[in-house]
Amino acid sequence: MTLLLEKPARAPAMTDKAPYWTMRRRDELAGWLMVAPQLAGIVAFVIVPLGLVVWYSLHEWNVLAGSFTFIGADNYAALADDQQLGPVLRATGLFSAGLVVLNLSLALFLAVLLNQKLRGTVVFRTLFFSPVVVTLVAWTIVWGFLLQDNGGVNAFLDVLGIDGPNWLRSGGTAMASVIVVQLFKNVGLNMVLFLAALQGVPAELYEAARIDGASAWARFRRVTVPLISPTILLTMILTIVGSLQVFAQIAVLTQGGPGTSTTVLVYYLYQQAFQFHHFGYGATLSLLLFLIVLVLTVVQWRMRRRWVFHEN
Amino acid sequence: MKTRPGMSPRLKVLLYGVLLVCCVPFVFPIWWMATTSLKPLSEIFAFPPSPLPGSPTLDAYRQVFELQPFGRQYLNSLYIAAVVTLGTLAVSALAGYAFARIRFRGAGIVFMIVLTGLLVPNEVTIIPLYRMFDTLGLVDTHWPLILIPMLGAPSVLATFIMRQFFITLPAELEEAGRVDGLGRFGLFWRICLPLARPAVGAVAIFTFLHSWNLYLEPIVFLSSKSKFTIPQALTQYVDAYGGPMWNTQLAAATLSALPVLIIFVLAQRQFVEGLAQTGLKG
Repeated sequence: MTLLLEKPARAPAMTDKAPYWTMRRRDELAGWLMVAPQLAGIVAFVIVPLGLVVWYSLHEWNVLAGSFTFIGADNYAALADDQQLGPVLRATGLFSAGLVVLNLSLALFLAVLLNQKLRGTVVFRTLFFSPVVVTLVAWTIVWGFLLQDNGGVNAFLDVLGIDGPNWLRSGGTAMASVIVVQLFKNVGLNMVLFLAALQGVPAELYEAARIDGASAWARFRRVTVPLISPTILLTMILTIVGSLQVFAQIAVLTQGGPGTSTTVLVYYLYQQAFQFHHFGYGATLSLLLFLIVLVLTVVQWRMRRRWVFHEN
Repeated sequence: MKTRPGMSPRLKVLLYGVLLVCCVPFVFPIWWMATTSLKPLSEIFAFPPSPLPGSPTLDAYRQVFELQPFGRQYLNSLYIAAVVTLGTLAVSALAGYAFARIRFRGAGIVFMIVLTGLLVPNEVTIIPLYRMFDTLGLVDTHWPLILIPMLGAPSVLATFIMRQFFITLPAELEEAGRVDGLGRFGLFWRICLPLARPAVGAVAIFTFLHSWNLYLEPIVFLSSKSKFTIPQALTQYVDAYGGPMWNTQLAAATLSALPVLIIFVLAQRQFVEGLAQTGLKG
């Protein structure tokens, strides 16, 4: 591999002109060759499809009927009139907000617990992390089984004398159930990131705060949180963007129901495009999803400047 | 490390208690999955629930393989995840290295273009991606499940992590390599890549898991059972009324989860610390 690029450098050195293949030029070529697969992939599988999404959204496209007609902004008008859109966005927001708040709090709580000087924390760390490596659909199926009306969760509640609801079939609890299932699946990932951040906080700072008479809570609030704020922001971005992509959990647990209470945007988009074959309208929904991801990312990136205490 | 003053035995007991309670929602479902898969149908909804099967049976496991070509589907998932992982490593290590260490014209713009992948999850582009692969005649093949994650949006995070890692290497390393007569690919392959083991490990782990867990893409792209991947296959064990055959689903779920879990437990340090220490730190 090395020789491939070395050769031309030596060959044409007979004239008094500088050789064409200078180190600079070879670096240029090597740089472009090395990024070429990634660049080609992004153009083919991200940029072009994104352009096509815009193009499709201007068309009425029914795959079954084989029709593909330019209709201008009609899909956008339909979007504005869509009675379902309100509930769908509400479900999406509820899922994302609920998941992010619970996930970050629990992850930080577990990380602080594991950061105590106790024997055996590695065992607990392994246990908390293990759902991350369990097949997503497998994890979802077990919880679906546990959350059946006559399933494990209600059976245990029954033993305690509590009459549990039909978790996945009642409007009030279906969304909460989906959030909880996803929470325990992936909270270990954020926990590990927090744990690494906590271990990076210099012990002297705690010592100094202690000498100044700061309580445990004050030390956490004034020393720990500011120092790990870059990690908080990072996990927040990853968790929010991830939460907008939730699909398998909904498809397996509730199919968007009951009613539309758990129909999040990606699930709605899947239904419109691949179950009702409205590709044009589906593309319009895709653009909406893209805009949401874009706005959230930009907002968080801006927050970074004001809110994150230090950056290296 | 000396123990903190003030960590009384009482506090310790309390902390262990909290830790144990916290374990329940993480560990219990896995336990319940494995044990229920060994219960006969009559026991799975028995009340009061029993933590162990009364009369264990492998019926559910037999059904897993009788009702679907599950072995084939398992292999599909495995080989797709393996190819995607190797492919992503190659693509992201090369690109990450170039972005981190080579000043070539246009690098800034190319990097911005590549980073758009972080803003455009595959869920956004699934419709045109479906149409593209349909036009190429590659629907109901494994190509989309390999090419899209390896080259498209999901690979961008990998490239980013690689770049963050390669940036930290000191310039003297490469200067020494230059003196020894290495070209760019030599510097990459002989000097920098061997040092990037933590980043490679982290990228390999999360790429494998991402591919292993994919659900939307398989159900969009695949239609014949012999081509299904595990996640898709798991939901196909339904009775005549479309209701899930719980013990069969749980048996298949156990089969899909156990090998990865075992590998994880054996190599948990590499998993956890690798993920925590690499570029993901921000």
